Amino acid sequence: MYNHMVVHRKNDQKADKLFHALSDTTRRSIVTRCLQGDHTVSDLARSYPMSFAAVQKHVAVLERAELVTKQRRGREQLVSGNVQSIRYAFDVLEQLEELWRGRIERMDLLLSQNPKQGATK
Amino acid sequence: MTVIDISKDYEARTLTFSAEFSAPIKCVWQLWEDPRQLERWWGPPTYPATFTEHELVAGGTMKYHMTGPEGDHPRGWWRVTAVDPPHSLEFESGFADETGAPVEDSPHMNMLVTLSEEPSGVTRMVVCSSYPTEAFMDKVMTMGMEEGMRGALSQIDDLL
Repeated sequence: MYNHMVVHRKNDQKADKLFHALSDTTRRSIVTRCLQGDHTVSDLARSYPMSFAAVQKHVAVLERAELVTKQRRGREQLVSGNVQSIRYAFDVLEQLEELWRGRIERMDLLLSQNPKQGATK
Repeated sequence: MTVIDISKDYEARTLTFSAEFSAPIKCVWQLWEDPRQLERWWGPPTYPATFTEHELVAGGTMKYHMTGPEGDHPRGWWRVTAVDPPHSLEFESGFADETGAPVEDSPHMNMLVTLSEEPSGVTRMVVCSSYPTEAFMDKVMTMGMEEGMRGALSQIDDLL
């Protein structure tokens, strides 16, 4: 059987990187932009009041968290948002739903076996 | 028969489960109050839970571990914030390290369990779980509120 708690746990490292990447306003803004369409690092650098190197650093953090992917196009690096990683966050809720469906079924089974219930016997 | 209703509120970061059991409220409460009964449903059959600490009082702590098919032991904790037997129970829950101490920065949830006896004799249980502000979902949700994210969210809806 597929165990959600364990899946959750194994993914903690991935989740940690994701939390860290999303904890910064500029990085959240970069992801948002790149989910709408691809941008070059220079494009992005022009949009924020910081150096090209600083923006490049943010992009690298996002790349490690798999929130964006980078592709070389000529002399430029093209950054695209990764919908899959955002979806992962939503999957956490899906997993929780499955976990509770199972728990409620087991509770129901236990209650039907409970001799103290009496009334139905 | 158990009637299950599940509602998700992404913006409020909550998940609410409702179930009805054809059993008296006391019996349903015991599933939470008695650690030996709790162990029989908390973990899935392949990962049964063992509660090594079970203090069902406000301020009390719970510690448990699960036993996996390969002898692995994922651990968890609860911190009880409020109890009103047999009507309600509120606690925080999350993952623990090998010593049973909470793993900092890992997602944890607030859980509110309410039980009520319906006129028909069935017991209704509502479990509301929410992620606290500092956690994972919040960061993702904050992102969701930023301009442009709506479009990405509808893209996700199409994928699901």
